[in-house]
Amino acid sequence: MNRSFRMLVSISKNRKFNIRMGVYYESNDLRKFGKIADYDKELADKFFDWYGAVFEEGALTAREKALIALGVSHAVQCPYCIDAYTEESLKFGINKEQMMEAVHVASAIRGGASLVHSVQMMNKVNKQEM
Amino acid sequence: MALTKTLQSRSSDLSKPESQVEFLSSGIFSDGKAPIFRNLLDDHSSFPLKPNTLEVLQVNLGYMCNQTCKHCHVDAGPDRTEIMTKQTMQSCIDVIKSNNIETIDLTGGAPEMNPNFKWFVEHARPYVNEIIVRSNLTIIEANKTYNELPVFIAKNKIRLVSSLPFYNADKTDRQRGKGVFDKSINALRKLNNLGYGKPESGLTIDLVYNPTGAFLPAPQLSLEKEFKKVLKEEFDICFNQLFCITNLPISRFLDYLIQTENYEDYMFKLIESFNPEALDGVMCKSTLSVGWNGTLYDCDFNQMLDLKIDPNSPQSISSFNIDTLKNRVINTSQHCFGCTAGAGSSCQGSLV
Repeated sequence: MNRSFRMLVSISKNRKFNIRMGVYYESNDLRKFGKIADYDKELADKFFDWYGAVFEEGALTAREKALIALGVSHAVQCPYCIDAYTEESLKFGINKEQMMEAVHVASAIRGGASLVHSVQMMNKVNKQEM
Repeated sequence: MALTKTLQSRSSDLSKPESQVEFLSSGIFSDGKAPIFRNLLDDHSSFPLKPNTLEVLQVNLGYMCNQTCKHCHVDAGPDRTEIMTKQTMQSCIDVIKSNNIETIDLTGGAPEMNPNFKWFVEHARPYVNEIIVRSNLTIIEANKTYNELPVFIAKNKIRLVSSLPFYNADKTDRQRGKGVFDKSINALRKLNNLGYGKPESGLTIDLVYNPTGAFLPAPQLSLEKEFKKVLKEEFDICFNQLFCITNLPISRFLDYLIQTENYEDYMFKLIESFNPEALDGVMCKSTLSVGWNGTLYDCDFNQMLDLKIDPNSPQSISSFNIDTLKNRVINTSQHCFGCTAGAGSSCQGSLV
């Protein structure tokens, strides 16, 4: 095995698969999602069946659903979901501009959801202030 | 867009089949983090993997190609000189003549670049129901030598299977090289004008979608709908079917996975998507691959890894024996996870 080949092997070995306490998000944990059934199989099975059905082609295409999921992943700030639905978007050939627009849509709703509450603040101000 | 060179011209270790096999057997597979393919076969009572009736003889006419795609499992390119001789082609014809093989599937490199390509097609045509040519499309546009190819292909009722990883230039050119998308569209227009892809013409052209990165393909039917819609609306192009083919961790795609640190994640993706239902249709059960020098392999991928056919079977097309071959054990390794992941993958697209 010569030097450059050893380097290739070491790149691939270098990844960490150990449990690292104190690290909140490990990208490899996404692969363990199915393991939630270890603690409650019945509810996990119900969830995964429903989840699978949601993403099947229906009135919306699987491609459209992938893009919606990508936007929502950002709104709920789930790193696992962002990884999963970025990849799902790539599978369907969704390009960078389309992905970023979806994130902006989700962010606009999220920002708007905060801002629209300012009407409540204004109502309160207008009612209480002389 | 960086120009892709063959691994061989870069003197990369991965240009050697034995280095690739060694790499695919080490790391996660040697330290027990990932299962070995044959153990998984065993778990599903499918080991050893045995062939069904031989339907397709897939013949590799040589590794020379006018393109140098980033994901090529052949490490094909303009600098490759391996080429099938007329004598080996004659051996292939002798085999299809006497063994009732329905289809020959010509691949490469760019099979059309073999100087005896036309001779082979014309001499094999009377003995098979179907000739498939895996054409990269741009060869038709490459230079004057190939301008008459579409007419020759149509005259011999060749079924074309052609790569077009996406319906836009950005993704296509990033995988296959600058300008490939535009040339492919020009070639598709010429082929459509001859009747290819048109209903009732009897001339079939299927397109191949390979993911343009370290991910698996989306469902074939869903992508086919999208491809048909966009290619028709934007380019007035039609085709028959879209085949989704998973990139196998071999040669330049393996190199890409390692260099971008996607290798382990990609392998786990393939392993975790293992679908036992796909095992029934894997192409090594109905196809036999012939290397440019006549050596027999269970599939084109094994050919590139130089994983030889069962030692109890004839090793060369010149000593072909159907009775011995049908009892062989198919040679597998970790790259085989690519054919059994998700909806499965073969040269004819998804399996389930």
